[in-house]
Amino acid sequence: MKDIAVIAFSQSDSVADAGANNEVELIMPVVSDALGQVGFKSAQDVDFTCSGSCDYLQGAAFAFVSGVDALGAVPPIKESHVEMDAAWALYESWLKIQMGQAESALIYGFGKSSPGELPHVLTLQMDPYYVAPLWADTIGMAALQARTMLDAGAITEEDMANVVSRSRRNALSNPHAQLSGDYDVETLLAEDTYLSPLRRHDCCPSSDGASAMVICTVERAREMGVKYAVIRGIDHRIETHHLGARDLTVSSSTRTAGERAGVFEAPVEVAELYAPFSHQELILSRSLDLDGDVDINPSGGVLAGNMMMASGLSRIGEVAQRIMAGDYQRGLAHATSGACLQHNLVTVLEGV
Amino acid sequence: MTTEKTEEREPITGMEAPLYLKYKFTAGESTAKFLSQLKLGRLTGQRCPICSQVYVPARGSCARCGVATNETVELSDKATIQSFTIVHIPIPGNALQPPYIVANLVPDGANISFIHLLSECDNEAVHIGMRVEAVWKPEEEWDYAMENISYFRPLDEPDVPIDEIGR
Repeated sequence: MKDIAVIAFSQSDSVADAGANNEVELIMPVVSDALGQVGFKSAQDVDFTCSGSCDYLQGAAFAFVSGVDALGAVPPIKESHVEMDAAWALYESWLKIQMGQAESALIYGFGKSSPGELPHVLTLQMDPYYVAPLWADTIGMAALQARTMLDAGAITEEDMANVVSRSRRNALSNPHAQLSGDYDVETLLAEDTYLSPLRRHDCCPSSDGASAMVICTVERAREMGVKYAVIRGIDHRIETHHLGARDLTVSSSTRTAGERAGVFEAPVEVAELYAPFSHQELILSRSLDLDGDVDINPSGGVLAGNMMMASGLSRIGEVAQRIMAGDYQRGLAHATSGACLQHNLVTVLEGV
Repeated sequence: MTTEKTEEREPITGMEAPLYLKYKFTAGESTAKFLSQLKLGRLTGQRCPICSQVYVPARGSCARCGVATNETVELSDKATIQSFTIVHIPIPGNALQPPYIVANLVPDGANISFIHLLSECDNEAVHIGMRVEAVWKPEEEWDYAMENISYFRPLDEPDVPIDEIGR
């Protein structure tokens, strides 16, 4: 496998409502910024472009096609799209480069969740015969998972509040964060439950926004003379969508993806985990053997802002940027999709 | 264990699972500007700062260059036919009686066409390069909609040569 370099990353602010902005208006600023960081002008300057989005979020058919208007696709470009988080668009681009069909790629993800009722929109990803018609929503299913963990003694409500407290505090230094602040565990636990046992702060907010990344072969990055972080490994694994057939207190797909991505070959110093609910961060860090020495979610993670279809790519970007800045030498980034951490992607990044 | 035989069961040929999702749709900053002007009876476009192409209705970017279009340009409601089709099949729920004409029209001052209807014309005489003008609804009926223009009708002006349409 070739080592592939992340050479640029950009993300918008995570906001509750991006107002009248359409997909093109959301995408263009981050795409131009990411391309501009390495002196590129448009998608013409990379060999491949891949995006991640979901038209159900904003209720606009073929928004992902309209999004191409942001790229400068004349003359025609090689382009692809995944109806998933853009972390998987990165995976497709990584494969494209591994196969020798491209040396560089632009990846972007965007999500405008504010026009719809996100928890209900996400119900449509469930089994269409038995679960979706019940309108079981994402928050309810996450609450069910948290209840399972609490009753099994795997976590306590204090553990969950600790995750939130650290996320809000870390987000104070993240200019893109939607939610940040200094909250101690006692204050958080004094709040009422929302969907028991979850309190509102245990749940990520619904956010609008976009992020973009440029990757290329390490050789190309050296020729260009730009800073880069190396993708040492990337893998994704999925579990059954039948919640009853899974052990919800662990994430075996994250574990396997981590093994295949090489997480356990050497210690990691930093981890950005896509945990939309506080208890899920505990599941993930246990699945990846992250101990107290690892800085978890220095950005605040998605509890500080959850841009559907972009936040997975942003986790990878957050780690890559910190490595490029010299803050860390080795880190991992995780992205998730589906209910209760059904589908998980793990990336290992290293400095030069 | 049940020993029910398959052939004794009612065949299940379908199930009802209705889905309703409500959205608060927004058109986008650029499209919103276009619609606001349309409500005032004006067609507007946006010019690309790099290639100077004028888009109508603008979506906020030049698809060719991949840059934001910020300059708003007021356009004429006279246009040139870039292409057309004569529709012979009725559309359910549409008041228009076939045969009628749907055309790609490039308004004066723009480089990109939009789709609208042609009427008050001899269908067989319609051709590419033909000049047309908008027939607006009464002002009190204007809304944020392309239907403010009922249709376009032929103008008594010389044709535009095909390779000059939209240039």
